[in-house]
Amino acid sequence: MTLVADTRSMAWRNVLNIRRNPELLVFATIQPVIFVLMFRYVFGGAIQGSLPPGQTYVNYLMPGVFVQTIVFGALTTAVGLADDLHLGLIDRFRSLPISRAAVLTGRTTADLLRNFFVVVLMMLVGFAVGWTVETGVWGLVGAMLVILGFAYALSWAFAIVGLTARNSETAQAISFPILAVLVFASSAFVPVATMPSWMQGWARNQPVSVVIDAIRALTLTGDARDQVIKAVAWIVGIIAVCVPIAVARYRKAT
Amino acid sequence: MNTDGAAIEAAIEAVGLVKCFGEVEAVRDVSFTVPRGTVLGVLGPNGAGKTTTVRMLTTLARPTAGTGRVLGLDVQRDATKVRASIGLAGQYAAVDENLTGRENLRLVGKLTHLSPSRTAARAEALLEQFNLAHAADRLVRTFSGGMRRRLDLAASLVHEPPVLFLDEPTTGLDPKGRNELWGVIRSLVGGGTTVLLTTQYLEEADALADRILVIDHGTVIAEGTSAELKSRFASTVIEVGFRDAESAGLAAAVLAPVGDLRTKGEVVRIGVSGDASAQAMLAAVRALDGAGMEPATMVLREPTLDDVFLALTGHAAEEVDDTDDDVVVAKGRGRKSKAEPRPEGGAR
Repeated sequence: MTLVADTRSMAWRNVLNIRRNPELLVFATIQPVIFVLMFRYVFGGAIQGSLPPGQTYVNYLMPGVFVQTIVFGALTTAVGLADDLHLGLIDRFRSLPISRAAVLTGRTTADLLRNFFVVVLMMLVGFAVGWTVETGVWGLVGAMLVILGFAYALSWAFAIVGLTARNSETAQAISFPILAVLVFASSAFVPVATMPSWMQGWARNQPVSVVIDAIRALTLTGDARDQVIKAVAWIVGIIAVCVPIAVARYRKAT
Repeated sequence: MNTDGAAIEAAIEAVGLVKCFGEVEAVRDVSFTVPRGTVLGVLGPNGAGKTTTVRMLTTLARPTAGTGRVLGLDVQRDATKVRASIGLAGQYAAVDENLTGRENLRLVGKLTHLSPSRTAARAEALLEQFNLAHAADRLVRTFSGGMRRRLDLAASLVHEPPVLFLDEPTTGLDPKGRNELWGVIRSLVGGGTTVLLTTQYLEEADALADRILVIDHGTVIAEGTSAELKSRFASTVIEVGFRDAESAGLAAAVLAPVGDLRTKGEVVRIGVSGDASAQAMLAAVRALDGAGMEPATMVLREPTLDDVFLALTGHAAEEVDDTDDDVVVAKGRGRKSKAEPRPEGGAR
């Protein structure tokens, strides 16, 4: 299978890129760490009152931070592809006898590995500020799988942005507002019930909230079946829509 | 696949290629044939359609009309087979800055499905051949512009493609880098590779190509050997510069008997045949002296792309840098020397 071999070759190249720029991994975690400290210690007390009795804010917050981290991490996929396009590397790859999807599958695979490391790092930060997993190892593993599945889906969505933008500045400019709306108009930091009623429908059902709610259920109560089904539906839906669009964009990219 | 004997002899064929971007016709009806083992130089100014033509023949862009064939394979229908037979080195060095020189070559080996041992052997051989062995394990972001270009060309050769497309391979290189690259290209051609090379420099096409195709505004305006093209204008040019266009206009009247004369701004150019160039120069000096005119510069030189263009199209190839080696014989200000190389492709 040439797609598998080509994906492995491209992923090798992208992982080398990540390893050669370790500062990008560090930057990817600085912002979420600041959010953890800010929300945990500054706003946490005020928000605590809006939570159901018995739930601590840190346990509410951390799933939101994990998803925030990977959502903003999707920017890396967009910027990386825009750079490849801008610097002519995509032209080189398209002139080689490789599978048409390999540049994208290779990059999204490498980004999945990057996300895994970043999420592990953020989980350690969470433990340091008092985050607890009530459901044991399997709850944690389930949460990790849902986070990575969503990260993978978002990589494909933002691959489209990167292939459309053509340079990294434009890619960032297009991505940031989308990412900000997804992260802040969600249940990531505050309960949706505290938002204005016109926003609640969106905030409750949009993919970031759905995924965060699934992770909360997986790590806090274990009664997570319905939320996980909704989250997986979003993940599968995004992949099903975005993969063909991204591959078509790649084939036409100039 | 075309099994016609004549077509098999042709490594690259373009038949009525057209490419439109919306309203703009970047390439209109370009046809040519490159026999196996030969070098075609595609010469033209920026925006002439050179890159678009190469992109169509290398499967990167879909022709609006017409067909392209590489080794008898249709570039659209047999795109994957075509890709396995071609190498492409672009105007901008398309190498990964965060990989080492060796890793870049290994990546292309993997992606062209060479065996790991073959990939390793090709990478070593190319690093040696392109004088990059000393930098093989350095990240490309530390490479100079010339080293990146050499690596880019090496990357296009990992799978030993029989047909090579070079899109302005030396644009932006200093004279030393350009000479190095010319040497490498010559040795490839010596090994039997068919090359299509685009360039803005007549000198480069002259040095490397068996035949030259001149294109302008997306159409072929001339084809022939370098000597044939130069003879369309003249084999030598006397270029006389004045302080303003008005004096040039006056001088043009005086100089008209000397040879084939054209005026552009404050410069008068006279085409003369090579063996009569000394006499023509003397005649020009006498004519100017007799009329009491004093030019700012007076130069005897080889014709450039600009001259060929002027002769073929009536307009100059405006974007073209002068790279001719001037023989300054007259007083006055010397001509400006070579233009600064353009920034390298690696810059964002």
